[in-house]
Amino acid sequence: MRAVLLALPLAVALGSGPLLADDDEWMPPVTHTLTREECGDCHMAFQPGFLPARSWNRMMGTLSDHFGDDASIGIEKANAIRAYLTANAGDVDRRGAARGYMRWITPDGVPQRITENPAFVREHDFRPSVWQRHDVVTKSNCLSCHKGADRGYYEDD
Amino acid sequence: MPRFAMLAAALLAVMTGGPASAGDAADRAAILSGYAEQAAADDPGFSGFTAARGEDLFRTRWAGGDARTPACTACHTEDPRAQGRNAKTGRPIEPAAVSVEPDRFTDIDEVEKQFRRDCDSVLGRACTAREKGDYITFMQEQ
Repeated sequence: MRAVLLALPLAVALGSGPLLADDDEWMPPVTHTLTREECGDCHMAFQPGFLPARSWNRMMGTLSDHFGDDASIGIEKANAIRAYLTANAGDVDRRGAARGYMRWITPDGVPQRITENPAFVREHDFRPSVWQRHDVVTKSNCLSCHKGADRGYYEDD
Repeated sequence: MPRFAMLAAALLAVMTGGPASAGDAADRAAILSGYAEQAAADDPGFSGFTAARGEDLFRTRWAGGDARTPACTACHTEDPRAQGRNAKTGRPIEPAAVSVEPDRFTDIDEVEKQFRRDCDSVLGRACTAREKGDYITFMQEQ
């Protein structure tokens, strides 16, 4: 108990981003309206900190085959979103959980699926029945369990 | 800018809800008449959109595209007034019915983007102008 009492003010003093969330349970949120809207047409706009800049570059250049779907948008919008995602990518802004995710990425790696990162996998080691819940649909549906995910909060719910 | 012009512009912005205001029935009517022109060009016998054909389009099990979305109802549910769920991503989808979501089908860029994606996913092809108009006509009455 004494250790907790001492640690709490220390954590508050050191904390630079989130309130009341462990560093690895918070990711700097998406602040770019166009990114929120366009990505958000089909899924929550994932925070750029989950992937390095080169991954976002490839993703925004291959929208006509976006995990099997044609997610093409106009070139001007795509470029604006690409600029935002790469400027705030995990290897650029290492705050919050970005640091933990970047640790697993090899120097020449260009990952596309956030759910394949070991930092994700080790936190999501659930029975198949959890993934099969009808409101989950897919592993990338953060919001079905993390109600604050679109604001960057990934506490265990 | 003269003071009067600035004042008038500010007043206009307030009255119209500003440049980012949601679309309304007039915008939807304009989109429908654009599709009607295209439909008439595609087929000289075209005689207007019908909600009944739009409902058929909505409920038919096309199974022409992605296996996860054999019909519109795979995401939108059988009830256009209900909240749906993206069958690929799990994202909630606001109702397509105009009575529940009055700004549905009021931005031509958004409408075209969504038909392009969804027709490809459900029917495995682009929708015709007649199909798009029928669909909007059905949703307008829901």
